[in-house]
Amino acid sequence: MTVDGRASVVPLALAASACSYQHYQSTFGNAATEARQFNILFVIFLVICAIMYLAVIAFLIASIARRRRAGEANTVEEGRHHVSNPLMRTGLISWGAVVGSGLVALTIASFIADRSMASAAANEKLSITVTGNQWWWDVEYNAGDSSKMVRTANEIHLPVGVPARIYLKSNDVIHSFWLPSLAGKQDLIPGRDTDITVVPRKVGIYRGQCAEFCGAEHAKMALVVDVDSYRDFIKWWQHQLQPAPAPTTPLAKAGYAFVTSRNCSVCHAIAGTPASGTVGPDLTHFASRRTIAAGAMPMSEGNLYGWVEDPQSIKPGSKMPTIGLEPNELHAVVAYLETLK
Amino acid sequence: MSAHVPERVRREDEQLARERQKIARDGPKLKGAKLEARLERTWSRPRGIIGWLATVDHKEIGRRYIVTALLFLSLGGVLALAMRVQLAQPDNALISAQRYNELFTMHGSTMMFLFAVPVMEGVAVFIIPLMLGTRSTAFPRLNAFSYFMYLFGGLLLWGAFLLNIGPDIGWFAYTPLSGPQFSPGKRADIWAQMITFTEVSALAAAVVLVCTILKTRAPGMTLARMPLFAWAMLVVAVMIIFSMPAVALASSMLISDRLIGTNFYNAYEHGDALLWQHLFWFFGHPEVYIIFLPATGFVSVITETFCRRPVFAYPIVVLALISTGILAFGLWVHHMFATGLPRVGYSFYTSASMTVAIPTALQIFCWLATMWDGRPRFQVPMLYVVGFIVTFVIGGLSGVIIASVPLDLQLHDTYFIVAHFHYVLIGGAVFPLLGILTYWYPKITGRMMSDTLGKIGFWMILLGFQLTFFPMHFAGLLGMPRRVYTYPAGLGLELPNLLSSIGAFVVAAAVVLFVINGLFSLYRGAIAPSNPWGASTLEWAAASPPRPYNFAHIPVVESRTPLWDAEGELPVVTGLRVDEKEILLTTVVAATPDLREPVPAASLWPLIAAIAVGVLFVSSIFSPWAVVFGAIPSAIALTAWFWPKDLKRQPEPVIS
Amino acid sequence: MILEPRFTDSVAGLPTHKFGPSSLTWWGIIGFMIIEGAFFGLAFAAYFFLMGHEQGWPPEGRQAPNLLWGALFLIVILLSEIPNTMIKKAARERDVPAIRALMPVMIAIGAVLLIVRGFEFNNLNCRWTDDAYSSVIWMLLFLHTTHLITDWGDTIVLWLLMRTDLGWEGRRLVDTDENCLYWRYVWLLWIPVYLMIYWVPRL
Repeated sequence: MTVDGRASVVPLALAASACSYQHYQSTFGNAATEARQFNILFVIFLVICAIMYLAVIAFLIASIARRRRAGEANTVEEGRHHVSNPLMRTGLISWGAVVGSGLVALTIASFIADRSMASAAANEKLSITVTGNQWWWDVEYNAGDSSKMVRTANEIHLPVGVPARIYLKSNDVIHSFWLPSLAGKQDLIPGRDTDITVVPRKVGIYRGQCAEFCGAEHAKMALVVDVDSYRDFIKWWQHQLQPAPAPTTPLAKAGYAFVTSRNCSVCHAIAGTPASGTVGPDLTHFASRRTIAAGAMPMSEGNLYGWVEDPQSIKPGSKMPTIGLEPNELHAVVAYLETLK
Repeated sequence: MSAHVPERVRREDEQLARERQKIARDGPKLKGAKLEARLERTWSRPRGIIGWLATVDHKEIGRRYIVTALLFLSLGGVLALAMRVQLAQPDNALISAQRYNELFTMHGSTMMFLFAVPVMEGVAVFIIPLMLGTRSTAFPRLNAFSYFMYLFGGLLLWGAFLLNIGPDIGWFAYTPLSGPQFSPGKRADIWAQMITFTEVSALAAAVVLVCTILKTRAPGMTLARMPLFAWAMLVVAVMIIFSMPAVALASSMLISDRLIGTNFYNAYEHGDALLWQHLFWFFGHPEVYIIFLPATGFVSVITETFCRRPVFAYPIVVLALISTGILAFGLWVHHMFATGLPRVGYSFYTSASMTVAIPTALQIFCWLATMWDGRPRFQVPMLYVVGFIVTFVIGGLSGVIIASVPLDLQLHDTYFIVAHFHYVLIGGAVFPLLGILTYWYPKITGRMMSDTLGKIGFWMILLGFQLTFFPMHFAGLLGMPRRVYTYPAGLGLELPNLLSSIGAFVVAAAVVLFVINGLFSLYRGAIAPSNPWGASTLEWAAASPPRPYNFAHIPVVESRTPLWDAEGELPVVTGLRVDEKEILLTTVVAATPDLREPVPAASLWPLIAAIAVGVLFVSSIFSPWAVVFGAIPSAIALTAWFWPKDLKRQPEPVIS
Repeated sequence: MILEPRFTDSVAGLPTHKFGPSSLTWWGIIGFMIIEGAFFGLAFAAYFFLMGHEQGWPPEGRQAPNLLWGALFLIVILLSEIPNTMIKKAARERDVPAIRALMPVMIAIGAVLLIVRGFEFNNLNCRWTDDAYSSVIWMLLFLHTTHLITDWGDTIVLWLLMRTDLGWEGRRLVDTDENCLYWRYVWLLWIPVYLMIYWVPRL
């Protein structure tokens, strides 16, 4: 079996049809209210800044190209270095006024956009808690009653058009939650609670990354967001509430025995089994996710083999140790994991 | 005279007064070649390696600073090339994550702490006394000490890196990642202690510069006649004094958390990770203006000389420098827009960040108006001024963009920011620096740099820079975060990264060309007269390179452009002694002659004290007791530094 | 000179020392005082920042530092301003015998203060590792102690110098005057530090 250690998003791109290339993880993705507000404000700023830049360049070119007849310039050679063109004084004041007004206009535009984003945040309909860890995302769908809580990792599903408020915590260092196609970022800071509100507008699959340097594998701390229609989202959520299916084949049963009695269950939880470790990602519906190890590799049998056998060679420094499985143990574990859909 | 003075002392006073009359002083009776020979003997330092280590000559110390800083620039640049090779392709495995994290930490730390600020200090230390018409900085031994502290800090950082225990926490070392729990070992401590070295160095140099600029100016050089570069350095030195303690305090608190178990940054024990960010950025934002404002001083210098007239609206430029310096302290939270602090408070920092653009915009107008009103000559230094305007303004405008909170929340910690700060730092500081090094090269070395190589290098770096950093705006918008050792294929990041990587090698070649030009011209450059550019300020009245005593007589200044208004002769004061080193102190505002001040002789004590303090700093990474035990040799060295060699009274005070 | 010099006034008659802002070292000392002030100001900001997070201060009902030794320190250091001012005046009047007699008094006071400071550390009722509150009050006390030790060291060295013949020189008298200025700064800074360690936790 081949181990594909490359964090390739191409399969992801092929898997989704709605979004075009390059906009999975890009501010041009325009897939949520917040991202759209950014793009509008960005264009306003860009236009005004471009005008200011062109004004500077125009003045620069004029000053260089200007025809000066002999004895006309105010230079030391012409004995007039103490004199200045009176036009320049007017120019300075106008320039200051123009720059000042431009900046005031931009500040007001920024403030208006900011306030409008803040008021959108007041209407949350869906509440999720994301906890940052070195180097993966722990995702919990909050609910009043614990039997309705969904726990997953590195992947979030959101219903289109519904304001989702994501509460952000960290278990170790500072991380930053960033889905450029949907919204700006927000840091996850140990000891502090932050949050971000997203109102997705386009069904599709999006990718985000941790955007605050958090140690060795910061570059490999990605997450996937599925924006579904409301019906598809409910279907997904109800499926997530189900415990893990019991294994049927002998190989999968052997894998189940290994996983629930050996090292794996110390860190990982699988609902409906004795494995209830909370230090690592929840694996109940692991095989239905699109990536392994927070976007380090796409989900596939080959990649699963590679990850389970030797996580340290794919994501060195990650908290999952390479424990040296026997070949038969490896086959069994992978067979079992693949049943966790 | 008071009643407490015993007879013996009174007689001694009278005897010394008699001897004072016999001291040789410069003036109409002692001038020309005879005077210069005597001044040469008095102001030269001892020959040989000991003399070289013991020098207090600001020109030598300034040159040392510049050469060392350019060496660190090159080292930091090589790191950047390695990073760009790794990032040229997606999913690249050339450099591991751990090694890459060390590379960007070293690149940022080297550029910010070991190149950008020291090179500005070095240029200032060299040129300011010449520009102000005096023979030495204030506190020349402190000046020497500050260089050695800087050198030792750089050696600590790079020694650790080459020994594979270099820091890997980013140049900004956010807690808790840099704290004891998540960065075991000594890497983070080495970074934090490098900070202590470089901050002590910068603070010492700042005190030297403030005192030199306020007290040693030539008679008649009122504050209103002082060159704009001196104003820029005065503002910068004051900014250093107020801002650098923040990072030194923060890094000491970090070492303390790591070494002796304090809890400043530990949220589990009532500390706060954000305390680090506040303290760091309270320093970090003024820091970038500490780097930028001297460059605006360079631009004023070059624009004046090459447009053949003083900069338009001098009072506005001075006010712009001062207001930028003050405003810079009110912006730091714009680095923390994503940390979840109250949004209403953020609006204040958005407004302040926008406001700070106004004084700079006014300075730009003044330079352009000077060009309009004068006759610009586009020799290499002036080309760099044009390159500066064309490039820096893009960075300033991208700064306006990220001053807005909603925009910053997308762009923060992406390659858009990397583009922004390289535009303002390279466009805004390095281009003027290359221009000013070309401009003052004849004053420093006595020769001219090659004009042809200079022009080629300028175009290479200007265009190479745009190729390297403009695509990074797009990389950020396309979703590439900062500080990642690789990125996945399929996000559209391949093209911008490849372009940036190619551009980086063009920039590197341009820097190499500049260095080659600098080295070759030392031996092959045209011999420079004292004022090859026909400039107006006092440094051009001294020889190229200046004699150890700078000026045979202290000049008197009657305008902002002394050499342009001199009419063939330079007014000077007389009466300074020629047998011992002495400078003239003038009053702070009006620059009327006030005191005569002895200048310290060359001494090894600044070096020895730097070694003692350096040993204290480095060993305190390993044990807190080092602070106690290391204090003893430091105290001895500092005492010996000040203790006079001769305890006998002299007719006039001498610092031996 | 490249340009011909045109001689104007002679500065030979200017003095080589003056008290106050005419002195170059005065500016150097003010510069260092501002640097230290910035250090302390930022340490104060850190103190209030950490305090802002807490409901109670000290947090978790920890006991505030005992008042006795801090108050003793405050009284002694304020009283030390009396001989300090006497020395400053003596410096301006060139009364070297008075300086030589009074400086040992300052040095002795400094030694007493250092001993009291040792007791203060012992009576903070917490260890620097306990929590952020403990860390920050230990830090404030430590910073002020380094301030105290360096000025005490300066005073000893200066006293030794004043005992020599050079003590009669104008510039050494200016040094003495400036050292007294610096001592004022040491006790002035103590006042807010004292309040923040001993009284703010009792509010």
